[in-house]
Amino acid sequence: MDGGVKMEFETVIGLEVHVELLTKSKVFCSCTTEFGGEVNTHCCPVCLGMPGVLPVLNKKAVEYAIKAALALNCEIPEFSKFDRKNYFYPDLPKAYQISQYDLPLARKGYIEIEVGGKTKRIGINRIHLEEDAGKLIHEEGKSYSLVDLNRTGVPLIEIVSEPDIRTPEEAWLYLNKLKTILQYIEVSDCKMEEGSLRCDTNISLRPKGSDKFGTKVELKNLGSFRAVRRSLEYEEKRQREILESGGAIVQETRRWDEARGITIPLRSKEEAHDYRYFPDPDLVPIVIDREWVEKLKSELPELPDVRKKRYMEEYGLPAYDAEVITASKALANFFEECVSQYHDPKTVSNWVMSEMLGILNETGREVDEIPFKPEQLVKMLKMIDNGTISGKIAKEVFREMFDTGRDPEVIVKEKGLIQISDEAELEKIARKVIEENPKSVEDYKKGKEKALGFLVGQIMKETRGKANPQLVNKILKELLS
Amino acid sequence: MNLSKLTIHEAHELLSKREISSEELTKAVLDRIDKVEEDIKAFLTVDKERALEISKKVDKEGDFSSPLAGIPVAIKDNICTKDLKTTCASKILANFVPPYDATVCEKLKSEKAVIIGKTNMDEFAMGSSTENSGFFATRNPWDVDRVPGGSSGGSAAAVAADECIFALGSDTGGSIRQPASYCGVVGLKPTYGRVSRYGLVAYASSLDQIGPITKDVTDCAMVLNAIAGWDERDSTSVNLPVPDFTKSLVEDVKGMKMGLPKEYLGEGIEPEVREAVLSAAGVFENLGACVEEISLPHTEYALWAYYIIAPAEASSNLARYDGIRYGVRAIDYDDLIDLYKKTRSEGFGREVKRRIMLGTYALSSGYYDAYYLKAQKVRTLVKADFDKAFEKYDVIIAPTAPTPAFRIGEKTGDPLKMYMSDVCTIPVNMAGLPAISIPCGFSGGLPIGLQIIGKPFDEATIIRAAYTFERATDFHTKKPAL
Repeated sequence: MDGGVKMEFETVIGLEVHVELLTKSKVFCSCTTEFGGEVNTHCCPVCLGMPGVLPVLNKKAVEYAIKAALALNCEIPEFSKFDRKNYFYPDLPKAYQISQYDLPLARKGYIEIEVGGKTKRIGINRIHLEEDAGKLIHEEGKSYSLVDLNRTGVPLIEIVSEPDIRTPEEAWLYLNKLKTILQYIEVSDCKMEEGSLRCDTNISLRPKGSDKFGTKVELKNLGSFRAVRRSLEYEEKRQREILESGGAIVQETRRWDEARGITIPLRSKEEAHDYRYFPDPDLVPIVIDREWVEKLKSELPELPDVRKKRYMEEYGLPAYDAEVITASKALANFFEECVSQYHDPKTVSNWVMSEMLGILNETGREVDEIPFKPEQLVKMLKMIDNGTISGKIAKEVFREMFDTGRDPEVIVKEKGLIQISDEAELEKIARKVIEENPKSVEDYKKGKEKALGFLVGQIMKETRGKANPQLVNKILKELLS
Repeated sequence: MNLSKLTIHEAHELLSKREISSEELTKAVLDRIDKVEEDIKAFLTVDKERALEISKKVDKEGDFSSPLAGIPVAIKDNICTKDLKTTCASKILANFVPPYDATVCEKLKSEKAVIIGKTNMDEFAMGSSTENSGFFATRNPWDVDRVPGGSSGGSAAAVAADECIFALGSDTGGSIRQPASYCGVVGLKPTYGRVSRYGLVAYASSLDQIGPITKDVTDCAMVLNAIAGWDERDSTSVNLPVPDFTKSLVEDVKGMKMGLPKEYLGEGIEPEVREAVLSAAGVFENLGACVEEISLPHTEYALWAYYIIAPAEASSNLARYDGIRYGVRAIDYDDLIDLYKKTRSEGFGREVKRRIMLGTYALSSGYYDAYYLKAQKVRTLVKADFDKAFEKYDVIIAPTAPTPAFRIGEKTGDPLKMYMSDVCTIPVNMAGLPAISIPCGFSGGLPIGLQIIGKPFDEATIIRAAYTFERATDFHTKKPAL
């Protein structure tokens, strides 16, 4: 490039997300799908791929996949089939994975994300149903590996996006929204750490304005949403540097090294597998009944985008609050329970967003692990309103409720946290504080408003925070005037 | 009286009247095995102790209401038997003992049949002579220098040599009918989907079907009654009512319309076979049937399409034999890939490797459309030929095999010649139709088989035609001199 004019590049990203479905039994046999368990105990001749056994499709898995497809705005063709994806690996007992090749269960959907205050639509190319593989266990210093086939045959859906994503941040937003939607409709718990959600990405760069795709690189071994974002950021930079120095991108699969924060080559295009897909002769084609699809559609719960909009319109919440609360179905349910019993949604939102999310983050617990009920939080809010406790004390009460699940009234009583609103008693304390702090009194009289704050603080200290702050202010001002 | 010679219905009558016991019958069969097995080599496993034990139990219970109660049966070694070695005549499964029964074995056991052993076969059912067994070749009871046919050669030879009262085989391209024809017994391949494949070790899943090999047509109907029916464990089994096939044991073909396809009587068909089939057609005509020459124009392509589709499915079905979880694993290997290579190189025989390679090639990227997809189109055309013929005809009659049994070693050097011995049976699998082979003549002391092909799920009509022919002839009463 001459003249030092830097060419501008556009990043093109596509995601392939695998999600385990929450069915009780596996997709082609009746073994449990429960996570964990003694190795090789959740298996039977069918999922072990023993000679002569045959797969039988679990209808529930199809139902969950269709629900996901509907929630992701997909079309569901009437006719779909299973194919075999052939490759050798010890975690794959049949040496083929039952998957779907040219006739997937669903096509042409989308997810909407909020980027820079605007709504952006990311297309979904296809969703197909397949079976999960097992896990290899590599023991340190051993010349062999062991295999655990508990996970073999757990139903998976693969959700393939269109190459509509333009930044690592958008990829991150897409994943979060996808996770939220799937959790809302309760088809997957989407726990990346347990492997129930896995993501591979494709990324390429092209000169801005070009409508041709650049050479793409596939990234694997992404253990968290953060890793997805970081690896894309790294790869975006790596590819830009190569292109800017006049080099060419090699089409390959690269592995994200989390510890080093870099991507490293895994295999080239030439080494790519030929999976020899062909229709699985052990299974009959899936013919999807329209009425069934309509029924599933009518049973879908309110989805996060709709709920968010409703919170803004019905409760007057700011977009940010509505977004944060509706990002978790459990949190939104909790919030709504409270609002149904309390007059001011914004106050509830404040408590949920700051105190509740704060403690959840701090303790690493989930919303459904909160030991108290929405009505208990409402009770506490009403105690603030009627002056029984101060807002400051309420924070202490809230913490106690979170730790013990006990009723706010009981906590307040036992800990003696009831607000002091007895004017005579407060006046006595105020006089003592004024006496002990002549300097501050003088400052205040000279016009230093700040000094009043100090004196209020001293009274709060004396009363261990129980003094009614409005009353304290009033009394102090009267005494000092 | 030599009890081992009995048919099911004869033995059932004697058992019901308590004139013989299941133990006596089972002993007679085991004695017969002791006597002739050295020459025939039909069995890979004889489960002597357990068979006797079960026969005693059946005697003790004394309930012979099921026609199969107390009757000794031999099972082809690609049909899983719980706690009894199931090798598919392959070294790679030499030590495999299934922890489950195939659905057909469950059904036979619930009918109180006595499983006496597992029969030899071409490895993974790939072959037409049982010479491809990974262990040893089986010999034809009519001439021990000749093959019994295949791949269910052990089952057919065992029935012909009275080493069992009946047997089960499996048929992917003719593997029940062709050996039945070579051994002078009755073999039926049911409609695809009529009998559960659960527990049948897959060779080519879209073609495989289990069926009976028996001494006469009556026995065939009885066994089909016991094994047919929808199975929730096999998605390709069909949920249709199963008629009582013994009700079709009626001597009546009056007005029955029979098609005789010219493509099955032309080049490559031995004159004696042609003569036997034509005279069988004459027998039917004399009995009041109407036999007409028909054409199934795509017949010549069926064989070649089969050798794309079956190996393609096999290449995938047999990939699981990798030495990791069960079966035999190579002893020395450097790494995972080496383990796979050595295990599979040592474990599989030549023909199995040949078909795995053929199938892998046919499914490979860039070749799929030209081979696999094309072959599927041919399959559709082959089926359309039959559909059209069945608009007018009730059954189609044809030779089961182009020649009688050939000599051991005669075709092992030339796979294409070997493949041709299934030319009359393969189209039937490609179309998923039911067909029976019954004895219809002899050539130089060797049996010839007549094939009667029926409409889908119309086993009843082919059983009726076969029964009527059997009653009018005495070919089925002839026994090999052993």
